[in-house]
Amino acid sequence: MSQKTKIIEREEVVIRFSGDSGDGMQLTGTQFSDTSALFGNDVATFPDYPAEIRAPQGTVGGVSGFQLHFGHQEIYTPGDYADVLVAMNPAALKANLKWVKASGTIIVNEDSFTDKNLEKAGYESDPLLDDKLADYNLIKAKVTSLTRECLKDSGLDQKSILRCKNMFTLGMVYWMFDRPLDHSEDFIEKKFKKYPLVVDANKKVLKAGYNFAKTIEALPYNYSVAPAKIRKGTYRNITGNKATAWGLMAAAERANLELFCGSYPITPATEILQELAARKDLGVKTFQAEDEIAGICTAIGASFAGDFAVTTTSGPGLALKTEAAGLAVMTELPLVIVNVQRGGPSTGLPTKTEQSDLLQAIHGRSGECPMPVIAASTPSDCFHYAFEASRIALEHMTPVILLTDGFIANGAEPWRIPTMSELPEIVAPIAKEGDDFLPYAREEKRLSRRWAIPGTKGLEHRIGGLEKIDGVGTVSYVPENHQVMSDIRKKRVELVADNIPELKVKGKDDADVLVVGWGGTYGHLTTAVRELQKEEKSISLAHFNYIFPLPKNTAEVLGRYKKIIVCELNDGQFAEYLRSTFQDIKFEQHNKLMGLPFTVVELKERFNQLLEEK
Amino acid sequence: MADTVLNSPNIKKLSAKDFRSDQENRWCPGCGDHGILNSVQKAMADMDFKKEDYAVISGIGCSSRFPYYMDTYGFHTIHGRAAAIASGAKCANPDLEVIQVSGDGDALAIGGNHFIHAVRRNIDMTILLFNNEIYGLTKGQYSPTSNHGMVTKTSPFGTIEEPFKPSQLAMGAGSKFYARSLDTNIKLTTEIVKAASDHKGTSIVEVLQNCVIYNDGAHSIITDKATKEDYTVIIEHGKPMIFGKEKNKGLIMGGNGKLVVVTIGEHGITEEDVLVHDAHTEDPHMHWLLSSMMAPEYPVALGVIRDVDSTSYDEKMVQQIEDIKAISSIKSMDDLLNSGDTWVVE
Ligand SMILES: Cc1ncc(C[n+]2csc(CCOP(=O)(O)OP(=O)(O)O)c2C)c(N)n1
Ligand code: SF4
Repeated sequence: MSQKTKIIEREEVVIRFSGDSGDGMQLTGTQFSDTSALFGNDVATFPDYPAEIRAPQGTVGGVSGFQLHFGHQEIYTPGDYADVLVAMNPAALKANLKWVKASGTIIVNEDSFTDKNLEKAGYESDPLLDDKLADYNLIKAKVTSLTRECLKDSGLDQKSILRCKNMFTLGMVYWMFDRPLDHSEDFIEKKFKKYPLVVDANKKVLKAGYNFAKTIEALPYNYSVAPAKIRKGTYRNITGNKATAWGLMAAAERANLELFCGSYPITPATEILQELAARKDLGVKTFQAEDEIAGICTAIGASFAGDFAVTTTSGPGLALKTEAAGLAVMTELPLVIVNVQRGGPSTGLPTKTEQSDLLQAIHGRSGECPMPVIAASTPSDCFHYAFEASRIALEHMTPVILLTDGFIANGAEPWRIPTMSELPEIVAPIAKEGDDFLPYAREEKRLSRRWAIPGTKGLEHRIGGLEKIDGVGTVSYVPENHQVMSDIRKKRVELVADNIPELKVKGKDDADVLVVGWGGTYGHLTTAVRELQKEEKSISLAHFNYIFPLPKNTAEVLGRYKKIIVCELNDGQFAEYLRSTFQDIKFEQHNKLMGLPFTVVELKERFNQLLEEK
Repeated sequence: MADTVLNSPNIKKLSAKDFRSDQENRWCPGCGDHGILNSVQKAMADMDFKKEDYAVISGIGCSSRFPYYMDTYGFHTIHGRAAAIASGAKCANPDLEVIQVSGDGDALAIGGNHFIHAVRRNIDMTILLFNNEIYGLTKGQYSPTSNHGMVTKTSPFGTIEEPFKPSQLAMGAGSKFYARSLDTNIKLTTEIVKAASDHKGTSIVEVLQNCVIYNDGAHSIITDKATKEDYTVIIEHGKPMIFGKEKNKGLIMGGNGKLVVVTIGEHGITEEDVLVHDAHTEDPHMHWLLSSMMAPEYPVALGVIRDVDSTSYDEKMVQQIEDIKAISSIKSMDDLLNSGDTWVVE
């Protein structure tokens, strides 16, 4: 396709598209990543939305970004620093320049660098004119006027014409990385099927961008990123929130139960509810409640009545659900509570990521109120852990908290599609008509009570939040009984450890340093540790998905290492939990509270420091 | 929908006793809740549901202990949240006959939000609202239905709050069924519970209940022998609204859009002039007026005040799922997983 002579083979490339929230950067980024995935690269993406949906146009607060990382090898993160930045206006340049690699390429829409826009972005002088960008490969393209020129006879109005300008930059980047246009052309045809004029215009501008880059020889050489060696199978791109929704639905199907989701919208968890609401064809019942409390309460009611029930939320919403979560613990009903963590206390940083709801998930309820907690670690494994959370909830008759976070919830990656028959069957202990039934009688192995679903003849019974006598389930304030029941509730959660996999370490059993992480930091920690391992450094990684209870071999694994560093996007909540659980083991910490994921660079720096000490 | 028990001659008809559980009743002797329990058990025995199809769901309060005393599926939940929990149960299993029990504090204070939204959605369930105008379980604090100026443990100098009228709140939220009864009137409560259960959609049944300990006599004007007949009108669809010891008082519409109490036989008023109750009219205006009547200016209206045909949330939910299932090409998770943009790596 390309006529360029020099081709540079690259292992991996990071591209960041950025512009005003109306500039279509999310779509541009998704198109490029889909095309790369189809081409056979491994890809990881991360959209970065402005916190305010209506931030003034052209300001730094209104910048919308989409970063993607594709490569010839397995890719675990959307990348720290960009090889290529597309900046549709001065604000986008201002907000993102610090994320561009030294000597990286910057494509700007020159037309947007007007005095007014420069002022809005807070520039005192035009960065395109001074030497601030001298170290970069700066490509100035008059994207707006070229798009306009290209479509002057298209029959479209000015507004629609301007909307096509993201296709121009997409075309340019396609040329730079020698990517075919056909996937995006198909996409355009499907998306605007009803508007042939729009289809023609977008395709025309896409090609124009491609040809423009070719004409100006946007790069002195062409990058080539070979396909990755990935497992055979059928793939699709999936975001964490979608994967979570699908994992819950898959669990319902494998458990042969109807799925009910009671929820209240909150960023960044909302897409799970939306995704489930779209699935009436699979019989999913979604209930958009009046608040988070009603969200979990409708789910508890549905669970009482025999549906597989879930509720979805983010940090502040989890706080509201607390009291009802306690009711689910007391009544020993299956329930999955998904918490997509976001930044900060209170409303905090709604669109940014953090891991600081961990202790809320483990302990944040009134009374001694133990509940299993598990965490997903990548966009696609949200499917697996949503399924796991459901399996544990249903098999052990308990509410379970599933933690994801804004970073993996919004991020996307290619995912090898499983078939339903690969997934284990889930068998909930449902009591049948004619069974000898007592509401709080327990089976031996898991100490779970059975689920007698209203409508089943002969199993009429009463449950509730008041303490009950074990077995018969009559209300009881007898002191000794409360001790017995508290012990049982604790034991029940401990017994979940028999039903989850052991912890596996990436790297040697006797490495000098063990890196410990949990949840959504998996990609960055894995990349940093792998890179150091390639440099022959003595370092291993233990990443946790099962938080409470911990895998059975945790003490043994941690006990093998002299130096352990726990890395989290909070102030040390997992470290604190590990310290209180394993009091003889010493834990170092690496923490960050910026609403941002770790960077591989900062992690490697910290690990090297630790490796060098003593 | 649930099958009837009566479709086979071999099945013995249930009696109120069949709904009595073995749990020790902990309500104070003389508490109005006892009478309501009797009425509900009687109503359930009369209705065409199987015992196992009833789900009785309550919040927290004296009244919310109700499920423990019923031999059905029961759920004693948390303060204020019964409406939400009952809503979920009904959606999970629309075949259940869901009855929610709440006190005035439970339903209208902490649970006010869930109450109005359950009504707005029109979930097919019956909400029994035990109104004793006080917090019983926490020992005598004022509630959102306590009279202005009422002296209680948390209002030693009298409340400075205006009370809710549950009927107005329900109608404001779009209620299609509202009825009012009195704890001591077992017959009326039984009939109302049956009518509420028959109604498709959220049925609000306010039962005026006496708390002998913390608010004794709150409803005395309509319970005391001496006054009750002059201060209550029991209304029935299609019947003239006549009341009073002598059965000679009635309600007519006054010129200013307000109801007026008249005496039959005086000023040329005959029985024909008295308003006939229409519970089924969609327009809530008259229902609002009737349910807002307060003694001593007016008699307090008891009976089914509003009962308007409607389609419930759960019916619409089931229908929507059926409709979408019929037209979608996605029939299973495997279909969904493989839908949209996928690619194969060989
Ligand atoms: C979250 C929460 N807040 C407060 C309470 C305490 N509480 C229990 S019942 C109640 C009020 C009960 O009044 P009402 O609902 O009118 O019922 P009654 O006891 O009068 O039947 C209160 C405040 C509680 N159990 N839970
Ligand atoms: S305190 Fe009042 S409401 Fe509660 S049981 Fe006693 S009389 Fe009934």
